[in-house]
Amino acid sequence: MSEVIVITSGKGGVGKTTTTANVGTGLAQLNKKVVLIDTDIGLRNLDVVMGLENRIVYNLVDVVEGNCRIKQALIKDKKYPELYLLPSAQTRDKTAVTPEQMQALIEELRQDFDYILLDCPAGIEQGFKNAIAGADRALVVTTPEVSAIRDADRIIGMLEANELKRIDLIVNRLRMDMVKRGDMMNVADVCDILAVNLIGAVPDDEHIVISTNQGEPLVGSDCLAGKAYENICHRILGEEVPFLDLEGKAGVFSKLKDLFRKN
Amino acid sequence: MGLFELFKKKNSGDVAKDRLKLLLVSDRANCSPEMMEQIKNEIIQVISKYMDIDTEGLDIQITQTESEGSNGTVPALFANIPIKDIHHGK
Repeated sequence: MSEVIVITSGKGGVGKTTTTANVGTGLAQLNKKVVLIDTDIGLRNLDVVMGLENRIVYNLVDVVEGNCRIKQALIKDKKYPELYLLPSAQTRDKTAVTPEQMQALIEELRQDFDYILLDCPAGIEQGFKNAIAGADRALVVTTPEVSAIRDADRIIGMLEANELKRIDLIVNRLRMDMVKRGDMMNVADVCDILAVNLIGAVPDDEHIVISTNQGEPLVGSDCLAGKAYENICHRILGEEVPFLDLEGKAGVFSKLKDLFRKN
Repeated sequence: MGLFELFKKKNSGDVAKDRLKLLLVSDRANCSPEMMEQIKNEIIQVISKYMDIDTEGLDIQITQTESEGSNGTVPALFANIPIKDIHHGK
């Protein structure tokens, strides 16, 4: 009964790795057995965001090439004993692994884990094809920008062509002050344009930068982004969770400014 | 500060939305500029049999239009073909 989820976006820098780290950690907090696989061969980063970069001995390519057993390459998380990371190789490139090899690896991991999360590289080439090969469903991450949404649309088309069972959208890095001013597309606009199911809206939050600096995902912590990621995890499990009221969070000062602007 | 600017120009969020919508229509149609050129040339060939058209002023593009049914906007191929002279008789 395990589920394989690929986190993808097309465009780089929209928050795939941060999302993978937080959703994975969040699912572990909900007592699920989770493994995160960094499929970005040559540009590995998930280990750093998880704060596990010093514990790497073997990597994805070692497993695929038979240099070690899967269990030897899996790194246990610092906090959650049921959360593991399979790091990517830093000194190889995307052609070191084939989609068939990824499928075989995932089939083996299905026996031991409830959730297998695949952090997909940017782009639509071999790395993307490897990442989606064994996936059941996808989380498409985008930001409210023309370029990111355009790439997300392309990716959604490719995921549909590959017959993934389910595709959900995460709108990341929302700046509610700008949305209110009309200088940023809102979540409804983005969903409308991409025509896929929304599973989460994550506000731009400086706590994310701090958490990445420290190598500790912030899901579940007492800040907007932490709450938003926690809600996404519940929705992945199939629970109905109301969306955060991001707009109501404006301070007294900005409300006062709004008041003056309207009059 | 805000009041005059509000009336002066469209919010950049709306500009982004409009640009995206057009962009995605042509992206989704998977229509390369080469293919559009080919379509254009064949339209010229066909119409020229019946009318004298301004081939320089001819413009075709993929956009969105309100559907006559109730399913909102749908993609459409728009062609603007200026006629120079209609061939009378045979």
